[in-house]
Parts: sequence; structure tokens; C-alpha cells
Amino acid sequence: MFYRESGDFKTSYRGDQQMFPIFLDRWFVITVSAFAFLVVPFLINDYWEKSVLVPVMVWAMAALGLNLLTGYCGQLSLGTGGFMAVGAYASYKLTTSFPEMNMFIVILLSGGVTAFVGVLFGLPSLRIKGFYLAVATLAAQFFLVWLFNKVPWFYNYSGSGMITAPERFMFGIAISGPNSPPWATYLFCLVIVVVFALIAKNLTRGRVGRSWMAIRDMDIAAEIIGVPPLRTKLSAFAVSSFYIGVSGAMFFMIYLGAAEPTEAFGIDKSFLVLFMIIIGGLGSILGSFIGAAFMVLIPVLFKNIMVGGLGWPTDLVAHLILILIGGLIMFFLIVEPHGLAQLWRITKEKLRLWPFPH
Amino acid sequence: MKYTRLVALSSAMLMSVASWTASAELVFPSLDYRTGPYAPNGIPFADGYHDYLTLLNERDGGIGGVPLRVLPCETGYNTEKGVECYESTKGEGSLVYQPLSTGITYQLIPKATADGIPVHSMGYGRTSAANGAVFSHIFNYPGTYWDAASIIVNYILGEEGGDLKDKSITLVYHNSAYGKEPIRTLEELSKKHGYNLTLLAVDHPGQEQKSQWLQIRRERPDYVLMWGWGVMNQVAIQEAANIRYPMDQFIGVWWSASENDVIPAGEGAHGYKAIAFHGVGDGFAVYDDLRKYVVDAGKAAGDGSNLGTVLYNRGMYAAMLAAEAALTAQGIHGVAQINSGQMRDGMEALKVDQARMTELGLENFGPEINVSCANHGGPGLGAIQQWDAGSQSWSLITGFSGADREVVDALIAEDSAAFAAENNITPRDCGA
Repeated sequence: MFYRESGDFKTSYRGDQQMFPIFLDRWFVITVSAFAFLVVPFLINDYWEKSVLVPVMVWAMAALGLNLLTGYCGQLSLGTGGFMAVGAYASYKLTTSFPEMNMFIVILLSGGVTAFVGVLFGLPSLRIKGFYLAVATLAAQFFLVWLFNKVPWFYNYSGSGMITAPERFMFGIAISGPNSPPWATYLFCLVIVVVFALIAKNLTRGRVGRSWMAIRDMDIAAEIIGVPPLRTKLSAFAVSSFYIGVSGAMFFMIYLGAAEPTEAFGIDKSFLVLFMIIIGGLGSILGSFIGAAFMVLIPVLFKNIMVGGLGWPTDLVAHLILILIGGLIMFFLIVEPHGLAQLWRITKEKLRLWPFPH
Repeated sequence: MKYTRLVALSSAMLMSVASWTASAELVFPSLDYRTGPYAPNGIPFADGYHDYLTLLNERDGGIGGVPLRVLPCETGYNTEKGVECYESTKGEGSLVYQPLSTGITYQLIPKATADGIPVHSMGYGRTSAANGAVFSHIFNYPGTYWDAASIIVNYILGEEGGDLKDKSITLVYHNSAYGKEPIRTLEELSKKHGYNLTLLAVDHPGQEQKSQWLQIRRERPDYVLMWGWGVMNQVAIQEAANIRYPMDQFIGVWWSASENDVIPAGEGAHGYKAIAFHGVGDGFAVYDDLRKYVVDAGKAAGDGSNLGTVLYNRGMYAAMLAAEAALTAQGIHGVAQINSGQMRDGMEALKVDQARMTELGLENFGPEINVSCANHGGPGLGAIQQWDAGSQSWSLITGFSGADREVVDALIAEDSAAFAAENNITPRDCGA
């Protein structure tokens, strides 16, 4: 009744092929984006920026990237943390070498560098599949973190091996560094995330995405019908690494402001992003956002309820959160193995028929 | 997106509920960690910090008549959680941050400076923050990593009769900003004294050190230094005992020097040495009050079992210095309810002499503190302590002595100048 396509006539190919063919869907996305762009910047404060919105966007970006590779192209990767490190260090080297460079360009170039590295580490995917590929990308994770620890050039020979994001401006407003206003960093990330989410959505609807899915579903069949595995797999690695690199650059430049490779980009980050897309939904753009929000916000929410609201001891809460998150992950995977995005899909199906399901 | 909003909305409501409670009080946030691989070291420190502030509340009614509130936030020694903790507590009138993590300190240095909140990284954090002209809001008195490295080398010099030519020193360090801090100083000193320096990194969390100790066993360096934290310390000391490395040639930094680190190795840890910047044990008058007002009254932050341990002492010392700084700030500004900017002034004017220490029940607990605009790193004195496995106790085996200022000060000037250039900071005029 509220949510249906009947009566929503398309009279042109353009109309038929649009990204959100259902009227309500379209308006929902437009309203949420308008709210995010026009209302949130006026309400945001430091806490919301640094603890809620920016981390969600950064991780959503990483989840998007991994989802393109794992969810759409079926190539399992455990190198996400390492690729984020490549993005972060690339942005650091670029912005310290060329301080005048526009921040958007720095972030995009960092993504480009990561795409190149990703293709290099994607080469084994032509020979090995599944868990074995996961092990090969695991090597990337360890190698890259080791590299950034080992070669002082990457951290500009600083004594402690930390990289620190210098203050950078756009239109006279600080985007990185401690004096950046919350709304500025928020909008900066939002623009990047929204643009790249739309690109990802379109990629997956077009020829490239379809060839990825063909490889995912059965690579031999795909090869027989003319999908070149080399180009397809490597393009998936390139695009995915680009997204992850951009996310790593934002993670370092905007969110943390200082990072060291072992802690900020360790193997746990690779798993975190993998969990995000599994919980959010493999092969779903919306799922990447839901998964990132789930993994980032639920601990913060529980912490605020139990420590801030109920006043329980912090160590007890820290342990309880681990238990509860683990329980929730199991719960959602049992009731909905296809991720939270599938729940949303089912809700939509139900809404279409409501109130006359038969 | 829908879930995001829901979650965000509900957490916002809770946040606002939590922040209504502020009134006339001095807020000391405690970014502690009682979970994870660093908890064995994090818990006693957090207990000491909390208990001393509780003592001031119970015995003196706070500082200058204003009650204190401790705001604990669990970081798990994780920088992202540390940032979240900082952002969630800074709005509540927090006076000073003591994150007990070099990684989190690095995160907070620019943020806290911009927010005008002082950070006291006591004997950790960025060493060059000792240069107060560049780091206006960051303090690391009473000593820095580079002081520690230099004092240890001085001690070795004394042991070896003043000559380190062709001696070999190996540094086993936590592969993080924390562990890498002393490297530059040790390299400089090796140029000066002619010893060979070998660096062995141990990755987080530090449970796997077989290959590092195999290398030590093969090369038998004359001295092994350690910059470790959390479980890494216990594992390293156990491994050293396993390969029968002479314990009196194994010297840790002050963060690798607690009971929790040596007790698991049992007899094998006997003779292990470490540097310290304060006294050991519970033979101080303040402990009578702590037992009377806090532990026996059931108000202790932990289970009360950590009293008198090295890290409990250090947490208590940190709280004592913070309280003294708050008192100084109240004196300077003539108000009881100070804010974080006034707290900063208090920290910069902090003077704790032996008479005051005796008054506080901490006679000869540590060297005199004398912070100034130019010197945020304090006296930079350290003593060597040694573990006696038989009596299960530490004892100081040397007096407090200073570092090689010529080397350390030059490095501090160089590193802080680099930081100032990177961040467009014009050093303050400290009037020399």
C-alpha cells in the first residue's frame, strides 16, 4: 500500500533504467541525503563527528570496497588493513611532499596508489581461489604493515614511526588537523562517501559489475561466455583497493590524525571489515553501510547505555560488549544468513504486498 | 542508513542524560584499561590514580574545598577507543588527561592543545613535549624516555668502568611509537660511547618472542634493554630466564618494571633490573590514610590488592601531581572551581619539594618537581631498581641521577623544532 511500483509507469528507457526505480525508494534516498547534507552539519558536534559519523563513513567506505571484491566478484581478501595502510601512507607522503595539493586530490591519488598495489597483490587470484586466495592476501596484510614499519621514508624519518596528519585547508577551512570544525570534516567525508557509493551502485548495475558477478557465480562458465577472468578479477581488485585506499586515507587524515602501522592497520582491521560486509550483506551496497554502522555504533551505544546510563564499571562493560556483540553477530547470522540488507529487502517485499499478502 | 539514524538517535539521548550531572566539582578523567593484553599493567595504575583522588575527597573534601569526580573510560590501550573516550569526556569539564598510552598521547597532543586541555603523559608519550615552548599543553614530567635511555646507559657505563667500546647492547622493544621512542637516543649514545646497538622489535601484543630471544641467545649481548608493556614484559622476562640470560644485565624501562611482570617467571626473574622515577613499596605515610579512608572504607577502585605495587604507586603519584597542580592553579587564579586552562597554568607552575612531599606522606618518594614554561619534562632523574625474587620485592640499588643532558637536550630541541615546523607552531617566548 505504501510501497509499491504499481501505478509508477515508466515511459522511457531512461526512466526504466534509473538507479531507484520505485518512487518511494527514490524519495527515501533523496530525503536521507538531503538531511545528511543540509541538516546534520548544523547539529553536529565534536563527539558526533569523531565518535559516530566520521568513523561510520570511513568504515562504510572500506566495507564498500571489500564488498565490491568479495561480495560482487567473489574474491576473498584479508588484506584490507594493509590496503588501508597504503592509502593512509600515500596520503601522508603526498600531502607532506606537496602541501598545496587539494585534499580531494590527495585522497583520490591515495586511492589510485592503493589500486595499483591492490592489482599487484590481486595477481595471484588468477591462479588460486577461495581460502587459498585469502591466505595470499593475508601475506599482503603482513607485508605492507611490516614495510611501513621498516622503511623510515614512509614516515618521513620521524623518531617514533608515527605519522601525523598536518593541518590542511579547503576554501580557507581546516579539513584535517585539530582545529578543523566538525561540520567541515563531516561534509568532506560525506561528499566522498556519497559520490563513491553512487559510483559503486552504478558499477554493479553495469557491464563491469555483471562480469564480476559472473566470475563470482561460476568462473569457468563466465570464461566460456566471454568474460575475461584476468581483466575482470584485476579490475575488481583495482576498484576495491581504490575504495579501501580512500577509506584508509580518510581514516588517517580526517578521523585519527595520527597513526602507527601495527596498531591502526593490523589484521584485526581486515577482519573487522570482513565482518561488516558479512553482517551487512555480501553483494549489497546498502549492506556495506548497515554493516559498518552495526560494527562501529553498537559498541558505542552499549557503552553509553551501560557506563553513561547505568553507571556500571567500565571493565565489566568492556567485557559485556564483547559478549553481546558476539551474540548479536551469531543471532543475525542464524536468523538472516544473507545479512542485515536482506532483512531490509524482505521488509520491502512485505510492504509491497501489505495489507493484502495473498 | 535507517539503522544508523536509529542507533545514533538513541545514543544521543543517552549522551545528553549523562552530561546533565555536571556541577561544582573538579573532573579528572581516567582513560584507563582494565581489559585486553595490557590490563595487568593498566589495572594497578588506574587503581592508584582513582584511590588517591578518592582519598582527597574522603579526607580533605576534595581540593581547595571542591569535591573531585573521577571519570573512568575504558580504552583497552586502543587509540580509536581512546579518541572516543576523549571526545565523550572532554565536555564534562575535564581538567587533565593521562591516557597511559603513548599511542593515545600522540592522538591527543594536537586535539587537546586545540581544545585547551592539558595532557600529562607522565614518563611516556612524545619525549620532545618536554620542550614547553612548542608543546604548550603537553607535560611529561618527571622524566622522559630519552632520559630513561640515557640514565640506563650511564648506569651501564658505571658498571663497566666508564668504557663501552666493543660492548654490545640489544634493545627489545614493543613495535609501536612507544617502543621506538628510545632508539634515536640509544643510537646517538652509541656514537658517543662506541657500543654496538642491536634492535629487536616485538609486535603487539608481544606473546610471541621466541625468535627474538633465540637471536639474543646466539649473540649473547652484554646488556639487554627492554621497552615493553603488558604481557610482553612477562613473556620477555620468562624467555630471558629460559635462555639463562644473566638477569642483572637485563634492564627494563620504568614501564617494564612491575610485580606483574616478574612474578610469573618466579626464581628466574631474580636480579632483573629496571629504571624507576619514584620510590618502591608501601612504606610511606600516605598508605596509612589510603588504608583508613579508602580501602577499609570499601571505596577502593579495585580490590585493594595492588597497594604498594610499582604501578599502583605510579598511578597514585600521577594523581598526587595532578592534585598538586590543581592546588597550584587555584592559588594562581584565586578560584576554587578551576577550568582546564587554569589547570594548565597550575601544571606549568608546579613545584613539589621534599618538604611538601613529606607533608603529603610521601617522604623521599621521588625527586623534587620543578616545572617551568620551557621545561615540561621535569628533573629527568631516575634510579635503578632490582627485583628480589626471594622476598618478592623491588629495591632501589642506586640513588636518583640525571641523564646525559647534552645528548638528550639536543635531540629534544631537534625533534620539537621539526614538530613546530610541521604544524606551523611559533614557539612561545619562555623568557629563558
